[in-house]
Amino acid sequence: MIFSGHQILLLLQGMLWTVLLSMFGFIGGAIAGMGLALMRVSSFRPLSVFASGCIQLIQGIPLPVMMFISYFGLALTGYDIPALVAAALCMTVFSAAYLAEIWRGSIEAVPRTQWEASDSLALTPFQKMHEVIIPQAVRLSIPPTVGFMVQAIKSTSYAVVIGFVELTQSGRIINNTIFEPFIIFTVVGALYFFLCYPLSRLSQRLEAKLRARGA
Amino acid sequence: MKYQFDFSFLVERWPDFLHGVLLTVEMTAIAVIMGAFFGTLCAVAHTGKVAWLRRMVSAYVEVIRNTPLLVQTFWLFFGLAAVLRLTAFQAAVGALTVNVTAYSSEIIRAGIESIHKGQVEAAESLGLSRVQMLIDVILPPAIEKVIPALTSQFVLMMLASSIMCQISAEELTAVGGRIMLETFRGIEIYIVIAGIYVLLSLLLRLVFRGVAYVAFPRRRRMKAGG
Repeated sequence: MIFSGHQILLLLQGMLWTVLLSMFGFIGGAIAGMGLALMRVSSFRPLSVFASGCIQLIQGIPLPVMMFISYFGLALTGYDIPALVAAALCMTVFSAAYLAEIWRGSIEAVPRTQWEASDSLALTPFQKMHEVIIPQAVRLSIPPTVGFMVQAIKSTSYAVVIGFVELTQSGRIINNTIFEPFIIFTVVGALYFFLCYPLSRLSQRLEAKLRARGA
Repeated sequence: MKYQFDFSFLVERWPDFLHGVLLTVEMTAIAVIMGAFFGTLCAVAHTGKVAWLRRMVSAYVEVIRNTPLLVQTFWLFFGLAAVLRLTAFQAAVGALTVNVTAYSSEIIRAGIESIHKGQVEAAESLGLSRVQMLIDVILPPAIEKVIPALTSQFVLMMLASSIMCQISAEELTAVGGRIMLETFRGIEIYIVIAGIYVLLSLLLRLVFRGVAYVAFPRRRRMKAGG
């Protein structure tokens, strides 16, 4: 036995923080991303240009660098902000941009005739989105959204740059005491695989199902 | 909030940033070229007739896609240090290549699978060998079709290369970290670096558009025609 009980506990704790951080980021990102996606498909030009600019800017900055900016930026407020808050904020911004792009694609994939039909029924823009477009777009968006969760979980590993102790960082801490890098990082990798693989498979299955339905 | 932003370190330190940019570009360029090459090989193996090869590639892709790049990098750099003595820069390039090969092989595979069956049958009836068929008939249109997706994947990889500062491989983010330790201008430095990465990703997209323009004349003609 290479790991002591304490070390196994540290790994599991790190794994829990990885899951929590991805969940915080995903929930925050879903709320902000929905807003961005709606702005992006808006027919009001300045709004869609603004949203597109935001998305491209966020997607052009590496997540580790974003982590640093959020960490040092929050420190400017003068309060002692824990790394978790900085990391969660960062994951939120990151997820928002990617989810917005996924959802914009789904909204635009709803056939043109559906938009025209709701226009010809004189639905208000809100009714059109709420009753006709979004329900169909949601169905299309589920497989890629689940696929993005895998990316979100993997991306939380970048929080190590600001010292947040998630799964990768706890692996590194254990390595610093027992120095068995091959075994430790194999185990850490396996734990990530355990988290991500079911989601990957689910996403693939949902996509196949959607295709079979002819959507 | 009474913080005074101070970007004066740029006056003295811009050669360092430039050096970092060059290293990031070098790292990215090597990984892109190797990733495209090995990715194509893996995609060909994945769509081929040899069952065990197919299964091996598929297992490799699943492992890489479901674990973070950082863990792969640590595994390669620290985990294999006993058998494989790599410098940090070599390990970084190696990890990026192993990572991006898996993603690009999946993208190219999708391209290969989208080739019409009639094309393959036509090539077979002309008596082309398997290699001729791949090089002359299947791969060019397959890669042409997926070049936008490949471009995005390589841009993502360039951005991900910033994490290589964690094994102290010299690149843009690592340079930033060092300058920060000397000037204590954390937020300003990372804002500058973020700006540089945004520019680099635009530049990389342009380069790929140029490559596609030169390599796929048909694409050019199709655009001009319709």
